[in-house]
Amino acid sequence: MFSKTLSTLSILVFLSLWQLLAWYLNSSLLPLPQTVAYVFFAHCQSGELPYHLGVTMLRLLVSFFISMSIGCIIGVALGRNEKLNAFLDHWLVIFLNVPALVTIILCYVWFGLSESAAILAVVINKVPNVIVTLREGTRALDKDLLNMAKSYQLSQFKTLKHVILPQLHPFLMSATRSGIALIWKIILMVELLGRSNGMGYQLHLFFQWFDIASILAYTIAFVGVIQLIEFAVLKPIDNIAKRWRL
Amino acid sequence: MTDVTIEIRNKTHHGAQTPTIENFSLSLGAGEFVCLVGQSGCGKTTLLNSIAGLDANYVGNIRLSNTTQSPKIGYVFQQPCLLPWRTVRENIELAFASHTDYQNAHVESLLDFMQLTAYAEAYPKQLSEGMRRRVSIIRAFAINPNLLLLDEPFVSLDAPMAREVRLLLENLWHERPHTILFVTHDLREAIALADKLVFLTSRPMRVLREIRVNIARNLRQDTQQIEDFRSKLIENHPELHELI
Repeated sequence: MFSKTLSTLSILVFLSLWQLLAWYLNSSLLPLPQTVAYVFFAHCQSGELPYHLGVTMLRLLVSFFISMSIGCIIGVALGRNEKLNAFLDHWLVIFLNVPALVTIILCYVWFGLSESAAILAVVINKVPNVIVTLREGTRALDKDLLNMAKSYQLSQFKTLKHVILPQLHPFLMSATRSGIALIWKIILMVELLGRSNGMGYQLHLFFQWFDIASILAYTIAFVGVIQLIEFAVLKPIDNIAKRWRL
Repeated sequence: MTDVTIEIRNKTHHGAQTPTIENFSLSLGAGEFVCLVGQSGCGKTTLLNSIAGLDANYVGNIRLSNTTQSPKIGYVFQQPCLLPWRTVRENIELAFASHTDYQNAHVESLLDFMQLTAYAEAYPKQLSEGMRRRVSIIRAFAINPNLLLLDEPFVSLDAPMAREVRLLLENLWHERPHTILFVTHDLREAIALADKLVFLTSRPMRVLREIRVNIARNLRQDTQQIEDFRSKLIENHPELHELI
């Protein structure tokens, strides 16, 4: 209860500071909160914001599920197999350090300005992070519990479901949270450089028109949706998985 | 119940010069309680792991007598090895191959016997260390194994708690006699529990001597009886002195 009050208070303080600063500057570069709110509802009413937000969300979900699936499989494999890890480790470090912009440009140049090239660019950027997180999680698996599963001849499916996945849960959640945060930033860049719809494309237009109120309205909408995913999906999953810790 | 035969001709750890286990041969009668006694680090846990199939890198075989069939094994580790995200009942249930194999009445009676019925829906972190050990014993008994392996299951418990869990184990074994291979380095504990003591050499580990414990079961709580047996053992077998 106390933390909720503090959280609300911090939002009110932020809005007040914004309001004061906007009054003081009196410039179109920093619109008032109520102006941003008005622009936000106007874009919602016209249907523009929901459309572009939906397109970006779809790209986010597709890239996220592909990245997580590939990353989890390779990450667990590297965590379990030292030889495979030694073989791929250098490549992993290289891909972790390739700038997102380079991958996006190369994908567009090689595969054209298509939807699949856009998704591929996002996946290439995200997969190494998932691999590293899951590899460390797999290395940290409790060997005694794995031995227990083996001695009682648990099937591979049962071992995965009841022994391995619960141990990997914190790492999966970490990869998921950082994944969503990273992917949507990359997607904006992908849309800005080579798509004709989506949040990134719209933000690029607003930038050209110096329409700061619309930029802030779109940002607030997207952050709101991400927060909704956190509270409506991730937190409940976390609570179920952690109920034994209470 | 059937006798179990364990034969390990050679078990060498990767990169080691000498084998960990060499020419180890042991027969356990059906329902027999056998204690393996040896110094720390002699390879007792390696032996149990090999028997349980956790370490298949050895030459030899572990089978039910007169068959080529491998025994069904229940293993009580040094640590309880319970899944913290599953309740007591769910931890026990997991040891069964499938839901259809799960025998509810059998598990309930084991929980009752080990005084854990009230904690069946509790998570391991809500239990004391002694209770967690009891759950791991129930899990091993629940699947009705041909061979039960217990690797110093009372280690790191304080003396009264270790005594309590040991008594419960002994009573449970009386009630449901399973063939048990129990590892310990505490000779008094071994004498109190075993039908047969098996003394082991240091690496390479072999059977040094097998000795029957001829104290009546109802006299095993008498510490004087245990001490007398121990003294006689050392007197008659001076070669064991180093081990105990």
